[in-house]
Amino acid sequence: MASEHAEHALTPTGYINHHLSFFTKPVGDTPFWSLNVDSLVMSILVGVIGVGFMWLVCRGATAGVPGRRQAFVELAVEFVNDQVRSIFHGNIKFVAPLALTVFVWVFLMNSMDFLPVDLMAWVYKTVFGLENWRQVPTADINTTFALSLSVWFLMLFYSVKAKGLGGWMHELFCSPFGGNPLMWIPNLLFNLVEYISKPLSHSLRLYGNMYAGEIIFLLLGLWAATGVAGTFFGALLSTGWAIFHILIVTLQAYIFMMLTIVYMAMAHESH
Amino acid sequence: MEILQHLAQVQAFTGIGIGLIIGLGALGACVGVAIMCASFLEGAARQPELMPQLQAKVFLLLGLIDASFIIGVGIAMLFAFGNPLLAAIQTAAG
Repeated sequence: MASEHAEHALTPTGYINHHLSFFTKPVGDTPFWSLNVDSLVMSILVGVIGVGFMWLVCRGATAGVPGRRQAFVELAVEFVNDQVRSIFHGNIKFVAPLALTVFVWVFLMNSMDFLPVDLMAWVYKTVFGLENWRQVPTADINTTFALSLSVWFLMLFYSVKAKGLGGWMHELFCSPFGGNPLMWIPNLLFNLVEYISKPLSHSLRLYGNMYAGEIIFLLLGLWAATGVAGTFFGALLSTGWAIFHILIVTLQAYIFMMLTIVYMAMAHESH
Repeated sequence: MEILQHLAQVQAFTGIGIGLIIGLGALGACVGVAIMCASFLEGAARQPELMPQLQAKVFLLLGLIDASFIIGVGIAMLFAFGNPLLAAIQTAAG
């Protein structure tokens, strides 16, 4: 155990691999059937805190002069409502709460990246006894794909609901090149590429940003192992990168929400 | 000794590949963002009252343009720290 820990700490690759390994629990035979317990627990915890906070505030909401917490929640709701209304021209009763949930949840999950990696690793080891625990759920490709595939299923459901099954199949085979039977295969290929690339780009963008952010934090921290000058410059650049990362966290949550709204809007439109 | 030579060759080409992925991705992303920001500045100069809305759109598009580059960085990091191309050499070395 001591030598394993020493190997983790003494080589750059070992250090990075230690910080990037998930706390996995197998529930079946193949590697597909293994749960990343840390991503699951952190995402559920963060979701409960975020949505629970909004629910508590809404329970005590007054129609008169709002308190600070209510004003804050109203700010968030109005912001998302404006975005939805500017893009989506149908019945927004489902899409606006969906967008708000996605935004708040992804933002809170992303902001787990602000906790310093080495300090949290020490806390997880001494307080909870966990050797590997990754606290940013969106730096796990399973989480981002879960989110984007849920949005994708919703998109398919609403496409069929808005156009009917026949209308949707017609659109699949006849747009954008026209209804000539010779064009059915190119149309289908075109639409398939669109349907496959949407969830892929949606999830990989969020995953890539969070994962690259974590890697850069780790690499800048590694610089401290080279001496005093390395520690000083590593700390300086880490601060700069952390400040930039605040923007990235918010921006990626906003982009995820906007793309959810845009996909829902595109699913609802019928020609 | 042979194995070491093969290992060195795979590592070297992987290094070059990582550099190309990150470098070319950054080139594309930066040129794209520069063109978009040039259009934003021109639009803001013509119609200053639209600047807040345009600025919101600029940040959205910034994230979208950066997406492929960041995905490339993720793949490059994978090759840097968990190179799957070394698997054949590792099985040959035992």
